[in-house]
Amino acid sequence: MAELECKDVTLGYEDRTLVEHLNFEVNTGDYLCIVGENGTGKSTLMRTILRLQKPLVGSIEYGDGLRPTEIGYLPQQTIVQKDFPASVREVVMSGCQTKAGRRPFYTKDEKKLAEVQMERLGIMKLSKHCYRELSGGQQQRVLLARALCATEKMLLLDEPVSGLDPKVTAEMYKLIQMLNEQGISIIMISHDISSAVKYASHILHIGDHVFFGTVQEYQTSSIGRRYLEEA
Amino acid sequence: MTESIQLIMNYIANYPFVRYALIVSVLIALCSSLLGVTLVLKRFSFIGDGLSHVAFGAMAVAAVLDLTDNMILVLPITILAAVLLLWTGQNAKIKGDAAIAMISVGALAVGYLLLNKFSKSANVSGDVCSTLFGSTSILTLKTGEVWLCVVLSILVIGAFIFFYNKIFAVTFDESFSKAVGTKTNIYNLIIAIIIAVIIVLAMNLVGSLLVSALIIFPALSSMRVFKSFLSVTISSALLSVVCALLGILISIGAGTPVGSTIVAVDIVAFAIFSLIGKLAGRA
Repeated sequence: MAELECKDVTLGYEDRTLVEHLNFEVNTGDYLCIVGENGTGKSTLMRTILRLQKPLVGSIEYGDGLRPTEIGYLPQQTIVQKDFPASVREVVMSGCQTKAGRRPFYTKDEKKLAEVQMERLGIMKLSKHCYRELSGGQQQRVLLARALCATEKMLLLDEPVSGLDPKVTAEMYKLIQMLNEQGISIIMISHDISSAVKYASHILHIGDHVFFGTVQEYQTSSIGRRYLEEA
Repeated sequence: MTESIQLIMNYIANYPFVRYALIVSVLIALCSSLLGVTLVLKRFSFIGDGLSHVAFGAMAVAAVLDLTDNMILVLPITILAAVLLLWTGQNAKIKGDAAIAMISVGALAVGYLLLNKFSKSANVSGDVCSTLFGSTSILTLKTGEVWLCVVLSILVIGAFIFFYNKIFAVTFDESFSKAVGTKTNIYNLIIAIIIAVIIVLAMNLVGSLLVSALIIFPALSSMRVFKSFLSVTISSALLSVVCALLGILISIGAGTPVGSTIVAVDIVAFAIFSLIGKLAGRA
């Protein structure tokens, strides 16, 4: 079965349904972009995949060796983080919290893993810097390194390029593409439809009409054509 | 000046209660600074205030019931309040700051009402004042209370070290922690319990109205200068201990109230750290 399978899911809150009968799957190595207007339930879907909230109807199943806790998450910046005194190393290390489990301290292997990931994302020389003083692009790299400490299987990215300038945005997309080519499945929420069709393998469009399929199918579908023209 | 120092040395050498007070203050100051960063960053600065008022209410009830050891009542009630406020905070009907405000002023009012009406003490306003501002209580600790403080402090410090990495992770990014399978509810509960114990301890030192100062000032000062969680934590602990010691020695020498003197020293330290932070930022 697929790594992640979403079966007839309805999302929303007690008094309001956001999206109904959602069906899609993510297989190993896929690069899925979730697009759609604001308020259509993209973030709710993301929270549901991460099991931070429950779907109203339906279920999300995890398979192909993927445990639900093996989804690395790249959240949008929270207000707390804007003045949090933490070094890059400390933030990346915290990605190992699942591996540490009930053990209070990190092992040598876990510290090594954090260094490997910082090296991989080119932030090794920033390791002693303060997280809150980095540029937006650097902060995203730090959070990516943290997510990679938690998993090598699947990354969930919540608008990873919002607020970044065009050059850094391009670098970020290249970086995500590189990770995808190394075998990590990617699920990304995005507003940037032109980059979505450029880099992703699959598109999930949420809104009045729901679409799920490959990028090629999306580009030829009526909903996809309309949305791409508007962009 | 030399006269005051001689006076202080004389006190320390001749009166065991002064030595007790110093030991207990160092421990309490150390504990209270530990979770400061977490509280400030989770926007819970006022929880210290709210909980200490609950503790005041509980103290009043203990006094009215004429309990010999009021910790038996005060500690569990404060822990319960902390758990209610912090743990259920996310999905409660009444949100964060409103809930804290309600519980804290409520406890304060009921506490004072009870003391005023039923207290057997001859000097009610004196009692209330010393519970609120901790005027002399640190110097009147009995040996049993000293030991209790020592044991609780060691427990708090131990728990903090043991859960340090998890506390960092949950404070920095709770959603991420939850997503990768960390039981964030349990750690929030642990944080709530540690805070309650710290507040009950710290009330002995500075009184219930000034507890928050002891918790947040060292953390805020250190955050001006240091940039990693570990260095901020260590700096807060050291700063808090130094300020408490200075405050208590000044108060003995100058005859000022202990609690407010310590807080005044904390304020001065905050100003100095802010200045250092500004200068370092410009360099």
